[in-house]
Amino acid sequence: MKTSRAILLLLLLLSGAFTLGIFLQPRALKRAGRGQSGSVLSLLLGDSRRLFANHFYVKADVYFHSGLYPSIFDQARDAEEKENHMAAEQHGEHSESEHEADMHALGPPTDWIERFGRHFQVTEHTHLQGANIREILPWLAIAAELDPGRIEIYTVASYWLRRELGKADEAEQFLRRGLSANPDSYEILFELGRLYYENRHDANRARNIWLLALRRWQQKEGTQKEPNWVAYDRITGDLAHLEEVEGHYSEAIKWFKVTKEHSPNPDDVQKQIDDLRAKLAHGSAQQ
Amino acid sequence: MNTVLALAHIVLKELYRRKDFYVLFVLTAVITLLMGSIRFFNDPNIVRDLKEICLLLVWVSALIIAVTTAARQIPAERESRTIFPLLAKPVTRGQVVMGKFLGCWLATGAALVVFYLFFGIMSGAHEDRWPVLNYFQAFWLQWMMLAVVIALVLSGSVVFSAPSANITICFCVVLGILLLGGHLNQVALQQGGLLGTITYTVYFLIPHLEWFDIRKFIVFNWPLVPWLDCFWATLYAIIYAAFFLFATWLLFRRKALTV
Repeated sequence: MKTSRAILLLLLLLSGAFTLGIFLQPRALKRAGRGQSGSVLSLLLGDSRRLFANHFYVKADVYFHSGLYPSIFDQARDAEEKENHMAAEQHGEHSESEHEADMHALGPPTDWIERFGRHFQVTEHTHLQGANIREILPWLAIAAELDPGRIEIYTVASYWLRRELGKADEAEQFLRRGLSANPDSYEILFELGRLYYENRHDANRARNIWLLALRRWQQKEGTQKEPNWVAYDRITGDLAHLEEVEGHYSEAIKWFKVTKEHSPNPDDVQKQIDDLRAKLAHGSAQQ
Repeated sequence: MNTVLALAHIVLKELYRRKDFYVLFVLTAVITLLMGSIRFFNDPNIVRDLKEICLLLVWVSALIIAVTTAARQIPAERESRTIFPLLAKPVTRGQVVMGKFLGCWLATGAALVVFYLFFGIMSGAHEDRWPVLNYFQAFWLQWMMLAVVIALVLSGSVVFSAPSANITICFCVVLGILLLGGHLNQVALQQGGLLGTITYTVYFLIPHLEWFDIRKFIVFNWPLVPWLDCFWATLYAIIYAAFFLFATWLLFRRKALTV
């Protein structure tokens, strides 16, 4: 083949490849925009990526416990449904004794093989502390990439990022990513409000975000048979504390009253209301 | 012993002539370095995920090298008919089996050393700590586990007609043991009856390869496994490897050499 002909053929192939690229690019973008996540992973895995997302979310919990985690066989020993310890830790609901019991689901060894095998397994129950908590983050990021609709991934990651690692910017960025994938999520809004209140010390913005979270809660849970009152109490409780710190006692009392309606500890809330009323009366008397 | 060593030397040479090891090592290195280049939440100190991925790749690669190298040893000698001149020399079939085993085991060990060196350097560079003894323990236990696997594959290569069938079956068995072997007792207890008894018998018969997997100790920076336990585990691996090698010799000594 002559050199000129070869060059022409090369140019033809090059222009063909370029044309094909131009032709396919908008289609690829359109295709990527089908799901909630436009990543290559979602394109390749489809909805099955949610299964993998769960695996990586559990992986983060395994890392949180430094490798000690009951297998599905160990879990089968315990008939009760296990809660996710990492999320429970974030919410501060799970009592330590319950938590210990969950993690000791390994049970006593049944034979010498299992007993000896335990020497080559992590059997000590510990939690990641301080800066080491960052080790759970890659798995949460991957889980969020695979299943952008899983809300707890964003709130858990944000909690550790801002509380333990002091990375409020990264936490906000991640929460906003979660919010764009789940615009109706009151949980993410609540966590975002906490970030503004606790890390940015921006009470006004925190208040606005929590009020929005409350509206989202009412839209989403208001029609439910069994609404999530725990989340409701958390939002109204934080609003009440914010108003109390800001010195808006009557507003704080209003929010505490709302919290009391569904609180598991109404007496404690009433005590706070009484304290605030006393402060309010004291303030009026001084004036 | 010299004959066995000479045979083992040939197998070792075969490993570095073939491309399997290089391809697997480059793949491991590239995937690990690519993963290492990803920053999660702008934190350069996250390292455990990288260690886990690298160790997983080391395990997969070592298993592939061990199984594929061991599976083709005896069938290749028979197919190319080089077994005849080999046995025409003062070499017994037992020495052939032993030489092939030793060669495969040493070759896998050499590959493992390179993999663990890479892992150690990668991990140390990210973490700034060098737990050499922990790495040695992980390497040693994995190497002992591979001794059992190689012996199992060698016996499979005498039983099964083709290396491909042997490789597939051995992979299934080894992965099955690694993933489920340690839980068969719980399955047996839940099943009960005759099926439970059979499952429990299988549980006691299989070599518990999962013992030799201490990756979690390395990933989560746990202290060393007691050396005495490592010794018992090593003895356990030696006994199982000896059992499979003896079975291979029993099968091979009366086997027709023509294909």
